[in-house]
Parts: sequence; C-alpha cells; structure tokens
Amino acid sequence: MRMTQGTFSFLPDLSDAQIAAQVQYCLDQGWAVSIEFTDDPHPRNTYWEMWENPMFDVADAKAVIDELAKAREAVGDRYIRLSGFDASHGWESIRLSFIVNRPADEPGLHITRENGPGRTIRYTTRAYAADRPAGRRYA
Amino acid sequence: MSTPQQTEPAAAQSAAEDAIDLRREYEESGVAAILDELDRDLIGLKPVKKRIREIAALLLVERARKQLGLAHETLTLHMSFTGNPGTGKTTVALRMADLLHRLGYVRRGQLVTVTRDDLVGQYIGHTAPKTKEVLKKAIGGVLFIDEAYYLYRPENERDYGQEAIEILLQVMENQREDLVVILAGYADRMERFFTSNPGFRSRIAHHVEFPDYADPELVGIAEQMLERQNYRLSESGREALTRYIGRRRQQPHFANGRSIRNALDRSRMRQANRLFERGGTLSSEELSTIEAEDILASRVFTMQVAGSEDET
Ligand SMILES: Nc1ncnc2c1ncn2[C@@H]1O[C@H](COP(=O)(O)OP(=O)(O)OP(=O)(O)O)[C@@H](O)[C@H]1O
Ligand SMILES: [Mg+2]
Repeated sequence: MRMTQGTFSFLPDLSDAQIAAQVQYCLDQGWAVSIEFTDDPHPRNTYWEMWENPMFDVADAKAVIDELAKAREAVGDRYIRLSGFDASHGWESIRLSFIVNRPADEPGLHITRENGPGRTIRYTTRAYAADRPAGRRYA
Repeated sequence: MSTPQQTEPAAAQSAAEDAIDLRREYEESGVAAILDELDRDLIGLKPVKKRIREIAALLLVERARKQLGLAHETLTLHMSFTGNPGTGKTTVALRMADLLHRLGYVRRGQLVTVTRDDLVGQYIGHTAPKTKEVLKKAIGGVLFIDEAYYLYRPENERDYGQEAIEILLQVMENQREDLVVILAGYADRMERFFTSNPGFRSRIAHHVEFPDYADPELVGIAEQMLERQNYRLSESGREALTRYIGRRRQQPHFANGRSIRNALDRSRMRQANRLFERGGTLSSEELSTIEAEDILASRVFTMQVAGSEDET
C-alpha cells in the first residue's frame, strides 16, 4: 500500500532531476531544506529523525542532492522526506515537504475496529511494519 | 536572427550551426560589461586586469568549443590570488564569481569567503563536518579561502588543518563542475604553502599576482572612495594626502587600499569636528570638502619612520 503523505505523494515517484528542481525552488525562496527519515509511516508520526542539520545558506540544489545520496546509502530502506523551512517573520514554518524515498515493499496500515458500548466503533491504525523493532522494519 | 538572403537558406543554416560569433558571445554573455566595469571601478592593477581578460578569453573560447562539440572535459578553474593586504583580492574575487556565473562555469555565482577558523575544528571529529558544511554553501559558486596558508601548521603534526586540506583537495579534483576554489594570501607565505602542499599547486590553474599600488594610484583610489560618498579633496588636501601616503607606506601594517579607507574615515571625523567647532552656517561645498588640515593632523606626521625603535 503506497503511503501518501506530503506534497506530490499521489504522483509517481519524482526523478532526481525533479527533486533537484523542487529543492532549487525552495532555496530560491530562501527556505532552509532539511532531510528526515523514519521507519514508522503512521500518519500521526510527524517527528521523523533528522538526517544531519537543516541546510541553511545553501545556494545550489546539488549540495542537497549530494546529501540525499548519502542518506539513501545509510537509510535507503526507509522513508526519507525533504522539507523547506521558511524562517521569515510570520511564517516560521515548513512550506513544502515531500517524500523522496520509500521502502521497496510497503505493507501499509492495519485498521482495528473496537466495539464500544452502544454499538459505537473506535478505529485505530497501525503500520504493519511497526510490529518489528525500529531499524529492522524494512530490512 | 535575420536571414540575409532568402535564396540560399540551406547554406546560411549550416554556416550558423558550424560557427560561433565570439564577439557577439562576448557582448551578450555580459562578460564585456563585467570587464569594462572592472576597468572603470578598479584603479591600477594592470597585470591583474590583463590576467582576467586572458582568463575570460579562455572561458569564452572553451564555451564556444563546447557548443560545437569540440570540448568535453570540465576546465580546472581553481585560482590563487597573491598580494599584500588591501591590494584588492577580495574585491576582484567578487567580480570573478560574477564572471564565472555569466559564462555558466558556476551555476549560482555566490562568493563564500572563509578563513581557517571556518574550516578547521577544535577537537577530533569536528573538522570534517565543518569543512563539509562550508563546501555545501559554496556549491554552485566560488569558495574564497583567505590566508590559506594558516590551514597548514607544520609545527604541530596533529593539527586538524590537515583534515580540511585533504577534503578540499578531493573536492577540488572531483567536483570541478560544482565549485571554484580561490586561495588568497601574501605571496611569500603562499609560495611556502604550495611547496609543502604540492597537491594544491597542481590543482590550481591560474595564479594571479596583485602588485602594491603606486602613490598616485592610492590617491586615485582615495578620490574614488570620497566621490562615492559625495566628498572631495581640496587642492591642498590632495597634496597633503600624497605626503600622507608617502609616510604611511614606511610604517608597519601598511595595507594599501584599506589603509586609505581608514585614513579617509579619520579625516572625515576631523573635518566634522573642525566644522562643528567653527559653528555658523555651512555651505554644501564646505560640508563636502576635506582640507589639508584634516589630513595633516594625522599621527603619521609626528611618528618616526619605520626602522626606528618604537614602531608598533
Ligand atoms: N584598485 C582599486 N580601486 C579602488 N578601490 C580599491 C582598489 N583596490 C582596493 N580597493 C579598496 O581597498 C579596500 C581593500 O581591498 P580588498 O579588501 O579587496 O583587499 P584584499 O587584498 O582582499 O586585502 P586583505 O588581503 O587584507 O584581505 C577595499 O575597500 C577596496 O574597495
Ligand atoms: Mg580580503
């Protein structure tokens, strides 16, 4: 089951050239780009692990793409996303975020229905992959 | 584009595909404008300007060869700028970044200026991330390393500078299309640096030497700086400045253009004090004229000339 989170996730995976073009757009807007990864794709898991520091004062997308290549080498079996952070006054938040790497096999999410009193049903979702210990989920 | 004759379009076509008008490329790429500006804005520096013209010609021709499929390799463009303090190295580096950008040799054209402290860390494991972070900022532009010889400290064999040097050497070789490195510093120390680090010498394609300025050139630089701030020298003021330069040069820490800028800042303060103490109404002429007395009050005229005992 293909996880859909962030911008572009209903499109086919972006090529490296397409990723570079998006990154260059972020840099041209003055946003700092950062790389994050996770092996828990639950939609409520917003805090992914940081790959190095956010890249401030970078001018050219190649610098980010080189770093992404290193991240893929180390954690390429997990989800990796890029985010563009706008530090300007009034925004101070992420303006663009998209997935740039996914596990080869995405088992997806399990949904549990829990019967409550009076025929109410509570729903909860859980990533199948999260059954295994962190770091070994997509190996 | 205009086709001169409708009758033989095929001939015109093939000629156009197989020829490049260098003159036009020179104008249209904006290189002509940069070089003209360089000529106009920078006083003196004849050999530097000549060298930059030569480099620009090489870049233009190489670009034309690329367009016609005659050249495939990435040119090595790393440079060294050597010269005494205040001879315009940083100023020229900025223009160089612009030039390389206009010709498409770097993608963005930013100039990132660093010294040893920006590249070398304080403890084990600190240097590589620091150097790599700087390199990330410089990708797509020019990395200007001022006083590059401080990277190499032979007296301390565990110096972390060596780690930065190794990363730089690798990037200068393998990422030539990503960034251009300019090493700058004083001539004699750079020479020693290159001798003990032959890796750098072999990776540098262009050595540019910045000569010291002659006295009249320094006066010219002063007049240009003043003009930009809407000041001017009176006739006697110019004479005083010439005498000032002659004496300042003999003293320690003389830094060419920068010494002039500092001297002018001080003379503006003296002028302000003189006008303030005199009081009354002031014309714009008076407000913008530096007189001889504003310059002659300098310590330089009472200090002993270098070579004497108390010269710091
Ligand atoms: N040829 C010139 N024409 C006009 N101004 C100049 C010229 N050369 C230098 N200057 C001025 O002198 C000052 C010092 O120049 P710059 O900072 O480029 O020198 P530098 O060689 O980088 O010095 P350092 O080695 O100490 O870093 C600047 O304010 C610059 O504008
Ligand atoms: Mg400088």
